[in-house]
Amino acid sequence: MESVVFIFSLIDCCALIFLSVYFIITLSDLECDYINARSCCSKLNKWVIPELIGHTVVTVLMLISLHWFIFLLNFPVATWNIYRYIMVPSGNMGVFDPTEIHNRGQLKSHMKEAMIKLGFHLLCFFMYLYSMILALIND
Amino acid sequence: MSAPAGLPPRPSAPPPLGAPAGVAQAGARPQHNGPVQHQMQFFTGYPQNYSAPSGHYAQVPSKAVPSQVDNQYGAGYYSTGYSVPAQSVLTPSVGSNLLNTQGSQQSYSKVPPHPVESAEGLGQGAISSTSYLRTNTPQSYSAFGSHYSTSVSSSVASQGFPLNSGHYAMPMVSSAAYPSLSYPSMATASPYGQVFTSQSLPAIGQFKEMNAFSGQSTVVSHSLQQVPMGYRSTSWSTSDVQSAQDSLSRNHTESLAKASNQTSTVGGVDSSHLVSQNVRFIKSGVGSSVSSAVTSSERTPVDHSAQPGPVPSVTKPSESLLQEGIQYDGYVNNQASSTPAPLSSSSGDEEEDEEDEEAAIDSSSTTSSASPVPNNYDALEGGGFPETRSITSSPAPAPSVPPTSKTSKPFGYGYPALQPGYQNSAPPTSAMQPTNPGHHSGFQQYSQYPGMNQLSSSLGGLNLQHSQQPESLRPVNLIQDRNILPITPVPAPVPNLNSDLRKLNCSPDSFRCTLTNIPQTQTLLNKAKLPLGLLLHPFRDLTQLPVITSSTIVRCRSCRTYINPFVSFIDQRRWKCNLCYRVNDVPEEFMYNPLTRSYGEPHKRPEVQNSTVEFIASSDYMLRPPQPAVYLFVLDVSYNAVEAGYLTVLCQSLLENLDKLPGDSRTRIGFITFDSTVQFYNLQEGLSQPQMLIVSDIDDVFLPTPDSLLVNLHESKELIKDLLNALPNMFTNTRETHSALGPALQAAFKLMSPTGGRISVFQTQLPSLGAGLLHSREDPNQRSSTKGVQHLGPATDFYKKLALDCSGQQTAVDLFLLSSQYADLASLACMSKYSAGCIYYYPSFHHTHNSAQAEKLQKDLKRYLTRKIGFEAVMRIRCTKGLSIHTFHGNFFVRSTDLLSLANVNPDAGFAVQMSIEESLTDTSLVCFQTALLYTSSKGERRIRVHTLCLPVVSSLADVYAGADVQAVICLLANMAVDRSVSSSLSDSRDALVNAVVDSLSAYMSTVSNLQQSTLIAPNSLKLFPLYVLALLKQKAFRTGTSTRLDDRVYAMCQMKSQPLIHLMKMIHPNLYRIDRLTDEGAIHVNDRVVPQPPLQKLSAEKLTREGVFLMDCGSIFYIWIGKSCDNNFIKDVLGYPNYAAVPQKLTQLPELDTLSSERTRSFISWLRDSRPLNPVLQVIKDESPAKTDFFQHLIEDRTEAAFSYYEYLLQIQQQTCK
Repeated sequence: MESVVFIFSLIDCCALIFLSVYFIITLSDLECDYINARSCCSKLNKWVIPELIGHTVVTVLMLISLHWFIFLLNFPVATWNIYRYIMVPSGNMGVFDPTEIHNRGQLKSHMKEAMIKLGFHLLCFFMYLYSMILALIND
Repeated sequence: MSAPAGLPPRPSAPPPLGAPAGVAQAGARPQHNGPVQHQMQFFTGYPQNYSAPSGHYAQVPSKAVPSQVDNQYGAGYYSTGYSVPAQSVLTPSVGSNLLNTQGSQQSYSKVPPHPVESAEGLGQGAISSTSYLRTNTPQSYSAFGSHYSTSVSSSVASQGFPLNSGHYAMPMVSSAAYPSLSYPSMATASPYGQVFTSQSLPAIGQFKEMNAFSGQSTVVSHSLQQVPMGYRSTSWSTSDVQSAQDSLSRNHTESLAKASNQTSTVGGVDSSHLVSQNVRFIKSGVGSSVSSAVTSSERTPVDHSAQPGPVPSVTKPSESLLQEGIQYDGYVNNQASSTPAPLSSSSGDEEEDEEDEEAAIDSSSTTSSASPVPNNYDALEGGGFPETRSITSSPAPAPSVPPTSKTSKPFGYGYPALQPGYQNSAPPTSAMQPTNPGHHSGFQQYSQYPGMNQLSSSLGGLNLQHSQQPESLRPVNLIQDRNILPITPVPAPVPNLNSDLRKLNCSPDSFRCTLTNIPQTQTLLNKAKLPLGLLLHPFRDLTQLPVITSSTIVRCRSCRTYINPFVSFIDQRRWKCNLCYRVNDVPEEFMYNPLTRSYGEPHKRPEVQNSTVEFIASSDYMLRPPQPAVYLFVLDVSYNAVEAGYLTVLCQSLLENLDKLPGDSRTRIGFITFDSTVQFYNLQEGLSQPQMLIVSDIDDVFLPTPDSLLVNLHESKELIKDLLNALPNMFTNTRETHSALGPALQAAFKLMSPTGGRISVFQTQLPSLGAGLLHSREDPNQRSSTKGVQHLGPATDFYKKLALDCSGQQTAVDLFLLSSQYADLASLACMSKYSAGCIYYYPSFHHTHNSAQAEKLQKDLKRYLTRKIGFEAVMRIRCTKGLSIHTFHGNFFVRSTDLLSLANVNPDAGFAVQMSIEESLTDTSLVCFQTALLYTSSKGERRIRVHTLCLPVVSSLADVYAGADVQAVICLLANMAVDRSVSSSLSDSRDALVNAVVDSLSAYMSTVSNLQQSTLIAPNSLKLFPLYVLALLKQKAFRTGTSTRLDDRVYAMCQMKSQPLIHLMKMIHPNLYRIDRLTDEGAIHVNDRVVPQPPLQKLSAEKLTREGVFLMDCGSIFYIWIGKSCDNNFIKDVLGYPNYAAVPQKLTQLPELDTLSSERTRSFISWLRDSRPLNPVLQVIKDESPAKTDFFQHLIEDRTEAAFSYYEYLLQIQQQTCK
């Protein structure tokens, strides 16, 4: 059972890693002026909810399977994701708003956030990998 | 400047428009044609004063009346535009349809005086502010004026139709009838597609080579132009291209029009018969289409029009020049034609003027031409030329040497070493070195200068602190010093540059920086606690603007900066970019100076002599052919709107200004009205009367006919006039209270998307149907709460998305909100904010009950309809390496890091940016900022307006304070505060404003050593800072406690984001004058009128006396407050009433009385009015009238029940600084 949980988490984590990389690539494309803000933001906004769900599922799974440490590690990030999604002002077009992304250094902060998430997911990846192997051995 | 700016963009994703960065130009041309490359000539005697070429012109066509001549070009353009159709109309109406004569003569009776009026009126130089707007372009256009005159004629004739159509057919078209509709002609409807594809451009390169500096090439291109496809050969100058291209498109559209006319004659129905199977058009008039035969007769000359194009040569007789207009070897003079004298504002020195006149005489032998004149070569190659120049000029420069060196000392305290270097590029000093050795040494010194500069600037800094303290740093004790407000309006501080650079620098009206001394590092900037940013007014109406037509626009190869006065020439062949420091080659063509007709003086070209220039861009700067001017009006006709009666005002204004709408013969116009349905108007030429098409399916709105909703203004003018006359009365009995704004906007977007243009939306209530419907969010009880204000942001993203769609299709949406109730401006404003439109708000508008608002709407509309407009514009702001822009304020969409996409740009739009210092600026002593605005003029020309600002870098905190520009700081802070209150909360932004004062003043006080603790000291440059911030806090946008309607507040915020500095300052801190005792003391003379200059008064009730009369200038409105015991003489002499009691409560005009005081008052008020384009309304307020609260709320130094007085506020700040 344990191993199934971690195999699922591992796959989910891989997806999240890819998503983070995609975010970083798209944002840096915008930074370098290869794509315009409108298309960049519509691309990214599409993936905000999948990311949110993907991460929340793992977090909840960890809570259910009573892996406290991993749950506590994931909890702040999941909360941040949800908070960020909820706090979008009613007039904005999503977490990434094309009219504001170039203002007040938002682009940089989005970039930073994506980087941090990438690091976090990588960390999680190895953790899940280790736990999975451990679980498989125990089985 | 982001690092990757220099990288070529990925081919897969070119920027959609505005090739400035994307499309690399051909680069430096091979120099095989360059005649003299190794000779160094110094035409020291030659004038660089580019802006005075009307003198040159004088010699060109005829010796007499120079300005008259070029005025006539400008006028000629218009007169032909108007007069020709008139003739063509009269003929058919007499010949073919007797019924029509009545109508057509009537309607055109205004036309004949036109040519007369414009030719004479302009010739006398009596140019009103609106007309000089136009002279900007016509002169450059005049090169193909004749071309236009013929092309305009395109089938206007159809307008001679019966005007007797009183009632309008309103076929209800339900959506059910439509599904089978298809629009096959949609794709081909716009003339673009075909025109563009028919122009393959293979030959351009070839001919460029050929044209380069060879005398014969003119002949070649000339002859080629007669060939219809001669367009290709004329890549020599862009206007050639355009004229030819225009003619092509003209031909095309005309043939289209012709075709459609013919079909309509054949069909016997209107040309929209395509659809008519499904849509029943009920037509009352017979609407025969007579036009096609007649119009074709006028068209014949079109083909020839390209021939006498802009290729004047030396031998050309002057008459032909008269027709063609002036093209001055690519430099089209754009000086306001009212000044025939060579003296102009950009040249201060008398020496220069003398030189100018000399040169003018010298150059009299040659006319302007698009090719370098051969005899110049002879002169160049025969070595005698340089000598003669230096001889003729030697008397002039000699006296110029001592003054410059003298004057530069006191000002340029920082950079004495700069001078020799800049002498090469600066006009008066370069004349000092008539011999080669001198010149060379100048260059050598120049290349060394950075090192020396550093030293001297630090020395300068020391000087500043110890010996002499500049006026701007004089400490001012704010608490003791009560009269800090100067008696004259606060001028912009002058950057601390040496006198040459200062003279070249951009006007503070167009370009201002909050800190005129840029701190060296971000740490220093942080210490100063002042925001660093720019305030731009790039498309301001200018009386004088050098316009440059050149086949190569010289730009830095790596950062794409346009060449500007602050670049340095390393030698004759290379220049160093002042933004990225790359060394670039000077293109061959740039070596030749067409103004002086001299060779080898790139630093005297007008681009290098003026910090504000306009280039006529070549096709490299277009992604599609320049769009025509397209105007679409989207009008609310629900019960609310009819009740308010704005339609009357609007239609009246439109009728009056229909001919003045900026545009060329392609101008198109359309109307959409909406209540709970959306109504379109078919104005297709050939119809007897406008047809209304109603689309009731607002969930999926569609266009009932693919074309003929946007029609050519000139072709369908009669129909448009009919519609405008009928519109105000068409909906008088409506009972429809709903408003489907969203669907109407979607329809407008669909209509506009093929071309782009301007949508003007008139809305009178909260949109209540369809997409984008809104709900009331305002709680009237919370209006005066001191707690947070909610709902400053938009409620839905519908309008934002729409705006971005529009912006992508080069369409701007301008919003006129005339609502008496809450209409959620915060949401609606988004449609204009992100599509680069503008917003007007008329609270509680009613055409009779609220005459002040009605008058304001009328005046605003007049300005709005006639002001200059630029289409499909992009603006890029570049700054010296090390600085970077991180936030933009204004109405636009930021498309990439430094590229602002402006679907439309208007002269009243202001922008602001915030900057940070990313890299230390220690190795440079000057920083530059450049804005380049690429736009399509209403005449279909692609133009680039470039402003460059140069500022010194300082290393000490005191210098930073010395250079602070308090007005710019306030405006930038206001912009930041608006952002803050939307993203965070109002109280946050108020705190931030107060903190800005506290922080900066305490930071300043910590630099001043000998200071007693209990005072509040500010540097002289910032002495008004606390006052202005208090004014901001009491502004409608940010005030709390006082009852403020949410829409009013949001509107004030929108204004802060989009107004240019001069207007914004008036709004924040109005000017108060006492006008009952005007004297001629200190008066100034403007146009033979004496304008008294009363001193500015503090905005405090203590300055008001019952005996006085005061004028408050709030930017968009003038208040005249009359005290109770005001002198009866004043009331009699100025207001025209016997005594105070007789003055009515509502007075919005001053009578023209023949008394001295009346004259003085009126001349003062009209002078104030002339200084801005907004045409403020006047409101006379008696002391006991209820309107006096409007007046008193602006007295910001006084205490109100909700806010501190100025003194209390100062004490509060002092407390906080001492903490």
